[in-house]
Amino acid sequence: MELKIIDLGLVDYLEAWNMQKDTLAKVISNELDSALILCRHYPVITLGRGAAQESLRFNNEWIRAQGVKLYNIERGGDATYHGPGQLTVYPVLNLGYLKKDIHWFLRELESLVISSLADLNLRVSRVDGFTGAWIGNQKIASIGIAIKHWVTYHGLSINIKRNDLVNFDLIKPCGMDIKVTSIEEELGRKVEIAEVKLSLLERFNELLRRMSW
Amino acid sequence: MVKVILPELGEGIAKATVSYWFSKAGERVKEKEDLVELTTDKATFNLPSPCSGVLSEIIHAEGDSVEVGQELAVINEE
Repeated sequence: MELKIIDLGLVDYLEAWNMQKDTLAKVISNELDSALILCRHYPVITLGRGAAQESLRFNNEWIRAQGVKLYNIERGGDATYHGPGQLTVYPVLNLGYLKKDIHWFLRELESLVISSLADLNLRVSRVDGFTGAWIGNQKIASIGIAIKHWVTYHGLSINIKRNDLVNFDLIKPCGMDIKVTSIEEELGRKVEIAEVKLSLLERFNELLRRMSW
Repeated sequence: MVKVILPELGEGIAKATVSYWFSKAGERVKEKEDLVELTTDKATFNLPSPCSGVLSEIIHAEGDSVEVGQELAVINEE
């Protein structure tokens, strides 16, 4: 299976959202095997299908006045924040060629993140019942996906830069009172987005090699 | 009459929550087009309409928890 890599760099949420929908249509129609959209977002809060208004700690106008955009979107999960200090990855994969199992795919995404961060000497774990990747009780990566005709979209984001965590205070991430952390925070050194990108790409290729037939 | 059933979504997934109906009862639906969105864990899943016709009955409204194999809706096929 061929994996097309689409690296958008730093983009507005809407641009990446449109790219996702466009790519999704191509994978559904078999014009493309599968794709991985990589990007960093200008500050944005997205509210998944499970989101309650209480997941926002401030009203919409106040949040927008901070330069943070707000969108209601079709992925599973509650509220999350995306910013330029994160790597956000949208895997557009046809589970028909891998495994038609939603929870299997969510657990695989967690494993991908955990092993990519292990490459950086970070010990990250999963917490039963709380999808994502955690260091102790602090969240370092968020996951939320959508599936159409067994093709996945939306995906995951990893907190890399330490200076991008403050906007998480605008929300209750995933509707809970949880703390977030970043790779830089945990390692106590500067980490380039590209380092994480490389290791994550390698893990995605590994997954496809393992599952393809 | 075609019954729309919640399909298998994966190992260990016994149920899902109806999160969004793309059509209302009485409206026409088309085969393979989005009919209903379901949520499980951190994922949403779009179930396409199994046939073209009129969505005659929605059995489970948004917010309902539905078990795999249970009926979600009935479509009068054309």
